[in-house]
Amino acid sequence: MNRHAPPAGSPAPRLKPPEGDTADRHESAWLHVSGRAEYIDDLPEPEGCLHACLGLSERAHARIAALDLAAVLAAPGVAGVLTARDVPCVNDISPTHRHDEPVFAEDRVLFHGQPIFAVVAATRAQARAAARLARADYEALPHAVDIEAAEAMGLPLVTPPLTLSQGDAAAGLAAAPRRLSGEMRIGGQDHFYLEGHIALAIPQDDGIVIHSSTQHPSEVQHMVAAALGLPANAVTVLVRRMGGAFGGKETQSNLFAVVAALAALRWGRAVKLRPDRDDDMISTGKRHDFRVRYEVGFDDDGRILAVDAGFAARCGFSSDLSGPVTDRALFHADNAYFYPAARLVSQPQMTHTVSNTAFRGFGGPQGVVGAERIIEEIAYATGRDPLEVRKLNFYGEGRDVTPYHQRVEDNILPRLVAELEASSDYGARRAAVLAFNRDSRIVRRGIALTPVKFGISFTATWYNQAGALVHVYQDGSVQANHGGTEMGQGLHTKVRGVVAEVFGLSPERVRVTATATDKVPNTSATAASSGADLNGMAALAAATTIRDRLRAFLAESRGVGAESVRFEGGMVLAGDVAEPFAQVVKAAYMARVQLSASGYYRTPKVHWDREKGRGRPFYYYAYGAAASEVSVDTLTGEHVVDRVDILHDAGKSLNPEIDLGQVEGGFVQGMGWLTSEELWWDEAGRLRTHAPSTYKIPLASDRPRVFNVALADWSECREMTIKRSKAVGEPPLMLAASVLEALSMAVASLADYRECPRLDAPATPERLLMAAERLRGR
Amino acid sequence: MTPRLTMTVNGKAREIALDDPRVTLLDLLRDRLGLTGAKKGCDRGQCGACTVLVDGRRVNACLTLAVGLDGADVLTVEGLAQGGALHPVQEAFIAHDGFQCGFCTPGQIMSAVALIAEGEAGDDPERIREGMSGNLCRCGAHRGIVDAVLDAQRRMAGDAQGRMGKDGERAA
Repeated sequence: MNRHAPPAGSPAPRLKPPEGDTADRHESAWLHVSGRAEYIDDLPEPEGCLHACLGLSERAHARIAALDLAAVLAAPGVAGVLTARDVPCVNDISPTHRHDEPVFAEDRVLFHGQPIFAVVAATRAQARAAARLARADYEALPHAVDIEAAEAMGLPLVTPPLTLSQGDAAAGLAAAPRRLSGEMRIGGQDHFYLEGHIALAIPQDDGIVIHSSTQHPSEVQHMVAAALGLPANAVTVLVRRMGGAFGGKETQSNLFAVVAALAALRWGRAVKLRPDRDDDMISTGKRHDFRVRYEVGFDDDGRILAVDAGFAARCGFSSDLSGPVTDRALFHADNAYFYPAARLVSQPQMTHTVSNTAFRGFGGPQGVVGAERIIEEIAYATGRDPLEVRKLNFYGEGRDVTPYHQRVEDNILPRLVAELEASSDYGARRAAVLAFNRDSRIVRRGIALTPVKFGISFTATWYNQAGALVHVYQDGSVQANHGGTEMGQGLHTKVRGVVAEVFGLSPERVRVTATATDKVPNTSATAASSGADLNGMAALAAATTIRDRLRAFLAESRGVGAESVRFEGGMVLAGDVAEPFAQVVKAAYMARVQLSASGYYRTPKVHWDREKGRGRPFYYYAYGAAASEVSVDTLTGEHVVDRVDILHDAGKSLNPEIDLGQVEGGFVQGMGWLTSEELWWDEAGRLRTHAPSTYKIPLASDRPRVFNVALADWSECREMTIKRSKAVGEPPLMLAASVLEALSMAVASLADYRECPRLDAPATPERLLMAAERLRGR
Repeated sequence: MTPRLTMTVNGKAREIALDDPRVTLLDLLRDRLGLTGAKKGCDRGQCGACTVLVDGRRVNACLTLAVGLDGADVLTVEGLAQGGALHPVQEAFIAHDGFQCGFCTPGQIMSAVALIAEGEAGDDPERIREGMSGNLCRCGAHRGIVDAVLDAQRRMAGDAQGRMGKDGERAA
């Protein structure tokens, strides 16, 4: 292909970013709308670039008796193949170093879709065609696709489980006036980032440069170095932006980067690996589906006295991040409620399926949805409005210790929920829904108001650090670089705003450049909603260092007090003199002032002892609440979300426009997870929902008809976060629990609300219909 | 044999020799003409990230064979801006934050341009939502997208009648 050639005879028009107020605008806005924002597949390919395609297992569990790649090698354009034997050093990409995730399967495959080999060819089409020509002889071994089958087969856990305990749950249950138990199924979710996985590896001297669509460039660097037997300093990983990630590119990028890098060094040419959508969905991990078994003791008012719950997750064939994901499910198994006595146990279950991974919320959403089911059960058992049961069980004075023994010090839910209850007119609308359902035969409505409390910080405490690098050039323009990656969440826009404010510049004077392991090393994944918290602080530190040098320079050269020097509106004010920033910078350069600085930040206060199940894993909590109203056709199971009101806590927001977008987008994604997005494996262990034809994410037309979203503008983070803002990436996803519960209420109306419908997720039309049929029979 | 065709791409006449008759319009644009604005999201006509206009109608470029487009007029996101000024739909997407990761944006914008030209949706948010539902947005920026289409539609209708465009508002 002639991708490296510029479009013949038509130089791109020199568009300029629009003038005017760009303070809150996305840093790449005009690039995005003009089609000029570059993703990795848009980069010109180096001359002679080869293309790789993965050969995937066609069995869920089998011994590979023989693998015949002769036809693959003989296919047109093929340069060669790579198998496990061709990995020079470590054939493993386990992110938690459990050595259970080979790049290429060796003698045994553990899921349908596991990579066995890669073929490298002159074009992508040739590589894909050749990959289909492999012949593998499999000796089938027994496989377990779901949790029950895995338990029956006695498959091990992929990683040690966690137990959280507070008080004596058994005694609490025994003494409780009322108790009930149940089980809930919560489905998984495919990330469906619009930009699929991709890596472009380019040999450079005796090292390698890799463009990788990853949330964790440092881990890609580490994995490539380990697999190839190179020192980390010979591997540079770059990512300018991703076309969505949502957790799906935290560890799952490693495979593609390692294979592209292996091939690039083997053939001494650039190699690109971009799987097609089906292969991407089949061979990469997803959100874990869970089975929650719960027993709760409560009093006649609905006050929870004790909870005993088990959280089993389909983890797939390897550990990946299943340990921390299932840990986080337990950390959120209380959601916003005080459990005087609790015993919570995780079960990270091995199965013969793709290894599940991080996904926005990271286990938290499954914990939250489980907690809300418990509330719902109590509400139906006591005949109360679920919102009243919620309020009764909120954390509060003297009731503020979580099952992991962290004290909830910043609870704003009582105020936040009260405000939303009023602004959404919840009480009157619930009465109207109840009245409607009395008279409506087919269409039933439901309404629910659910809260979210989400712990912010990586529970792997060492991840809570970040670095940044800021340069001021002689013309007064500024470049900022930090360890976080941009995936659409607006991180670069927020960091740009932080740096611009330090220098009193408008944001367009600051350019945030591609995340690069040779600029800021040893970074953490951009995950756990922590991107702005960590990297914003590091960038602030770097910019402040330079600003303080400029202050000291002016103080000395102009004879003014350093503290009196101000940076505002593109000017620097020292004593009576106001000078343009660029002029001051130029003078500072001439006086040999260093105009570049690195910055570093680590989150204070956090600590966690997993063995004891005690500590303070979270620096603070972010809160929110949503009220959703739905209509369900009880003859078809189809539903419409009529209205959603959200009040969300982003602390003192760094950028309200971006944060509102995160809240809306997170809610919609959560709604998809809990309603329309269904992953389906057949008995042979094949994923049958591996394209948008069968896997349904929300469309513009699925958006709630009325959608009122607001930030709690009075909230301010109690801790010293970046400008007292709060993390906003993940928490809003769980606001969608209100949709699931509203659907459940609509179904419950069929049995006069006497019984909790126990509606599992995703609440597809089929599942709604089954629940309706079940309740009609009562 | 090498199929040859004539095509107008973003207002410019092109003589194109296809190396393979099976090449899709999307691969022609991205791999052979260096126009990478249209994206390959699913490569099976289900996500809309590759939406471009052929003779004014929106198509999924990944499902359209280039060889069938002899004499066609193709417009991609790169050809929307005129004389260095953004198209009203592009401006509206910026004004209403109609994107997050941006990957679906070129397709959304081309779809919006055609939707407005089709004149079927008017300023009815419900019909705009329906008309934009062939373009997936995983970030969930649907509010900004629909608001941007509404705003652009009004501005363009206003311009067509020789009036000033109205300011956008959060109508959807």
